[in-house]
Amino acid sequence: MLKTIEKFIIKSKYILPNSLRSLSTATTIDEREIKNFEKHSESWWDQGNEGNALHSMNFLRVPFIRDGLIDTCIVNEKYQDTAAPLTGLKILDVGCGGGYLSEPLARLGGKVVGIDASNNLITIAQEHANKDKSLNNLTYMVSSIEDFSSKNQEVFDAVVASEVIEHVNDQSRFLNECVKCLKPEGSIFLTTINKTLLSKLFAICVAETMGILPVGTHEYDKFVEPHILQRMLEDNNCCTRIIHGMFYNYITNNWSWVSDTSICYAVHAVKTSS
Amino acid sequence: MIKTHVLNAIFRQSLSKSAYRRFATSTALNSENHYDIIVAGGGMVGSTLACTLSKNPKLSNRKILLLEASKDFNWKPTEKYSNRVVALNLNTRKLFERIGFWKHIESVRYSPVYKIQAWDALSESMITFDSSNDTEEVAYIVENSLILYAASIENKSLHNLNIINEARIKSCNLAIHEDDEIRVELENGTSYTCELLLGCDGVSSKVREAMGVQYVGWNYKQMGLVATLNLSEDTEENTIAWQRYIPTGTIALLPLNTKQSSLVWCNTKDNIQKLLKLPPEQFVDELNSALWKQYERNDIVNQATKFLNNILRTLDASSNIMQQLPPNICSIEQSSRAAFPLGFGHSANYIRKGAALVGDAAHRVHPLGGQGVNLGFGDICCLDEILGNAVYSGRKLNNLLDLRKYETARQRHNVPTMLALDGLQKLYTTDFTPVVLLRSLGLQITHALTPVKRAIIEQASH
Ligand SMILES: Cc1cc2nc3c(=O)[nH]c(=O)nc-3n(C[C@H](O)[C@H](O)[C@H](O)COP(=O)(O)OP(=O)(O)OC[C@H]3O[C@@H](n4cnc5c(N)ncnc54)[C@H](O)[C@@H]3O)c2cc1C
Repeated sequence: MLKTIEKFIIKSKYILPNSLRSLSTATTIDEREIKNFEKHSESWWDQGNEGNALHSMNFLRVPFIRDGLIDTCIVNEKYQDTAAPLTGLKILDVGCGGGYLSEPLARLGGKVVGIDASNNLITIAQEHANKDKSLNNLTYMVSSIEDFSSKNQEVFDAVVASEVIEHVNDQSRFLNECVKCLKPEGSIFLTTINKTLLSKLFAICVAETMGILPVGTHEYDKFVEPHILQRMLEDNNCCTRIIHGMFYNYITNNWSWVSDTSICYAVHAVKTSS
Repeated sequence: MIKTHVLNAIFRQSLSKSAYRRFATSTALNSENHYDIIVAGGGMVGSTLACTLSKNPKLSNRKILLLEASKDFNWKPTEKYSNRVVALNLNTRKLFERIGFWKHIESVRYSPVYKIQAWDALSESMITFDSSNDTEEVAYIVENSLILYAASIENKSLHNLNIINEARIKSCNLAIHEDDEIRVELENGTSYTCELLLGCDGVSSKVREAMGVQYVGWNYKQMGLVATLNLSEDTEENTIAWQRYIPTGTIALLPLNTKQSSLVWCNTKDNIQKLLKLPPEQFVDELNSALWKQYERNDIVNQATKFLNNILRTLDASSNIMQQLPPNICSIEQSSRAAFPLGFGHSANYIRKGAALVGDAAHRVHPLGGQGVNLGFGDICCLDEILGNAVYSGRKLNNLLDLRKYETARQRHNVPTMLALDGLQKLYTTDFTPVVLLRSLGLQITHALTPVKRAIIEQASH
């Protein structure tokens, strides 16, 4: 269990923060976070992507997003159960990092835009995507969510921010900017770490005091409880449909859904039309 | 308006980049010879796999290539039965119905089996495998050629499947780095590339060789002789598969129709060579005697089996009561005799980055339980589901985590089945008293214990 969390956290830091640094003055980006992640940017894809906890997390989060979108009835029926169920949908991956999540979403037919505040990570993501000729509906941009949302209001059918919100400065503002990009009835998908004693113990005390993570990788204050997240979403006109707990088995490198949300969890909410 | 503008600009930019990419790579790679999936070997397993994947709606946009060393298959059903038949289990039938093979098989012929009766020549013990009621089928006897015939009809209609015959694979170059392409080179010098290579090229698989995986194998000092048999009496129905364990091997009679059965006779190499050369009438005599001969029974074994029978009877778990008699053979079809070496083989790994083994390329078993090809068809169902799911979740076809799932699931099923068959074959080719005693008691108890048999049947049908 302990190792599970440590490994998860170590791996997380490769991907996490992104929508940080920036181009705008008032920003949700936390400079310190960005620096932390850029340090490890070279190793993004090269550890053989299958061994990585964030890669295996795709076994949960991609179907979560796909089925969530199918459930909201915006997936054209003729594409259901085909290789490209998300055909025709515009998807924004906020804090896309090296593109672990953007790539599969694009492969499912979505027109995906991945944004990240880190130039390095976007370069890595782009280079990796270049290797797969079928990914011609995927675009990466270096941008903060603030800058991006001001030019892309109500453009996207779905906004995804996976393992990001626990690294940004002003979470409520961050969500607000994300939701701006959503069309009415569009879906927002979030995955993050809960604010519990358990997550504090593992993510901060254990991992950092043992020197597994640099001090300051995670800040407990930024962890967010599901009900707080849900309230922030409501404040932004988003109605929560599903909250699921996620569990990572370190030994088998497998993620599974659990009812317990005390460490990691995923949320799907829909923007109301008003 | 402006927003859409920005977004469109982004997409245009990406489009022109990808156009550049395509141009840049096209010199290195002839896209005509590139496929998403290459199936190496078009035997029963390879041609069924190619069809199954091509018909999976989640894989319909993938280009698939089937490479087969032999000439185009243009066998047409004739009245005369082919001497190579297999016993398909219920799951294989379900697969065949799903992918459209079964209707072609049904329109030609097959023989349902309602019961499998196995008995040991050195004791009285007998075991019957049947379903919970006598009207349900437990297996289907189908000619190998008929399966290939059904596959060839179905495969011709698939737009995403290309089949090349007389394409003998010389070597395969597998992926080392994450995005490496896999290259398959033919003996005629042509080469093809793919994202995922599926080795269905049988016992001496080239794909397995390229994977460099550990392969455990041995030849039984035995061969299998096949022939088409004419039965003495025109039975009303011939729906039981018979298997007799004799000290030198096994004899299986698989029903074809009311007048004929197919033979699989496993025996020592020397004996098989002799049997092949015998004039037909003498061969038939030898066969009948092997089927009916009363071997000298060991007293201890006899006593023990009788004793057990009595106990089982008092427990109301009848064991030998319904023993039926196997059919008498009157002649064999002209030139239907042929023999094949028998062996056991298992690949320690079924997968590697971008490659997987399916069917006999991964595992070869003794024909004792009629399981060989069913294990391969089970592999197909499993791989089809896993690859479909992978694509439906935006993963690439060569994702190691998916391939590993296939390996784990299949090994979990195949290994116990194979070891059981290997164990059975070793168990039954001895007349050492304690072993005969144990196996006859084993057979009898298994026969009486319905749940155990059900478990065996279930294991055999997946
Ligand atoms: C005597 C006997 C009786 C049997 N009875 C039964 C039974 O009752 N029930 C049962 O389920 N199973 C039985 N089996 C086993 C069954 O026949 C095999 O399991 C089955 O044929 C395996 O199919 P496959 O497609 O995996 O391999 P194969 O049938 O060996 O097919 C391999 C294919 O790959 C092609 N190939 C090989 N090398 C290359 C290359 N380099 N390049 C291109 N193509 C290549 C070959 O031409 C061939 O078409 C029996 C086997 C024997 C020997």
